[in-house]
Amino acid sequence: MPSNPDDHGSSFFDYLMQQRPDLAPSGRAWPAASSFPDDSRMAPLQPLPHGTTVLAIKYQGGVLIAGDRRATEGYQIAGRRMDKVFKIDEHSAMAIAGAAGPCIEMAKLFQTELEHYEKLEGVQLSCEGKANKLGQMIKANLPMVFQGLVVLPIYVGYDQKRGEGRIFKYDITGGRYEESDYHAIGSGGKDARNSMREHFRKDLSEADALRIALVALYNAAEEDVGTGGPDLVRGIYPTAKQVSAVGIKDVEEPHIATVYAALIDARKRGN
Amino acid sequence: MPLPYYVSPEQMMQDKAEYAKKGIAKGRSIIAMEYEQGVLLVADNPSASLYKISEIYDSIAFSGAGKYSEFENLRKAGIRHADLKGFMYSREDVTARSLANGYSQTLGTIFSQEIKPLEVEILVAQVGEEGRQNEMYRISFDGSIFDERGYAAIGGRSEALQLFLKERYKGEPPALKAALSLCTSALESITNQKLPLEGIEIAVLDRTRPGRKFRRIPASESRQILS
Repeated sequence: MPSNPDDHGSSFFDYLMQQRPDLAPSGRAWPAASSFPDDSRMAPLQPLPHGTTVLAIKYQGGVLIAGDRRATEGYQIAGRRMDKVFKIDEHSAMAIAGAAGPCIEMAKLFQTELEHYEKLEGVQLSCEGKANKLGQMIKANLPMVFQGLVVLPIYVGYDQKRGEGRIFKYDITGGRYEESDYHAIGSGGKDARNSMREHFRKDLSEADALRIALVALYNAAEEDVGTGGPDLVRGIYPTAKQVSAVGIKDVEEPHIATVYAALIDARKRGN
Repeated sequence: MPLPYYVSPEQMMQDKAEYAKKGIAKGRSIIAMEYEQGVLLVADNPSASLYKISEIYDSIAFSGAGKYSEFENLRKAGIRHADLKGFMYSREDVTARSLANGYSQTLGTIFSQEIKPLEVEILVAQVGEEGRQNEMYRISFDGSIFDERGYAAIGGRSEALQLFLKERYKGEPPALKAALSLCTSALESITNQKLPLEGIEIAVLDRTRPGRKFRRIPASESRQILS
């Protein structure tokens, strides 16, 4: 409340921006891109993050969120085991496309933000409130976007009041848009969306939603160099989490491996 | 210019201490007790929404007795301190000891420098994991800090509570049921009346829980535990 100068409200993000701007993602004073003598050193401004496919799909009683594992540096593969899907709290998760460092930092900050609010206020933020807060954090990241450091998430949450899973997508200005069925972002996002469009229907079962999501990631990896498919040699598979009324749950890796084994088998036979 | 009155430092401190003690004595009491699976916190609190016990971090809980507005501010400051530290370093680097030290500094500074001391007594507890011991720190209005073992009591009748518990708390930490009934009978002994379970705020730091160890126990569940 404004009458109390010591009160910083219930937002950890705001507290960090006011008290420790050096630790806040957008609080650092970065030079503008044009102030560099040689502009070619800077990454060109990308309207969409390159690399990655992450997606979310609704099913009866919840929502599934999944992502591939590849990280790229130009034409090099920088990492094969990146986990791009983050648990945020007991009833929500996010998956991010963009520059790896700022992405992970934002996920960690958002986790702290929600826990901080819950502890200070004694209640959790509403699903809507969490989605809006994330929008504000992305908006605050806008100066970084001009340096080429894009952070673009998909956020999924289980809305306990409405009794359904919800999917939110964002633009770089923090604009927040709700998707009713499914969505995918990243360089392979379009391919994944096309794949999901073919198979999606209302009130999918949990198993069908997982299969459709994994097929979409497989298809995206076939079309897009920035997206990694299942790596059978090393045993690396995309990761997925399910968010429902009972909370958030990781989909076990062996389970994902069996789904892929069946899919690859079917493709070999030409189906 | 009129000369300021001279008041000896001894007199000033004594007056402040008396004032703070009087304020705290009006408040109700809180007990923290080690039990088999962690630390149990029990407060005499008729309100179901204005808490005296709350979560600070993964394995750390806070409780305050005395003036609500004052310990509420301290509670918020503690959460900010803990979340900032956990964000900067790592979750395991947030400790009750450093938090209790911070509280001790704050309370000590306010006691000696401000006109009005804080009328609060606070308790910081941390459940020990992986074989480490539980920690309980009691910090009083002047910043003095006490490291407690087994049980700790703060608030209006804390001395009477400590005496009561000293006779009955023996040896190994008891099971949850025994610890809870000991705490409620201790609170009843100083108020000389039967307390309804709805008027008792109960929370535990349970080391068997994954992640965040703090959990509130509602009246319906405490009735089950005690039966």
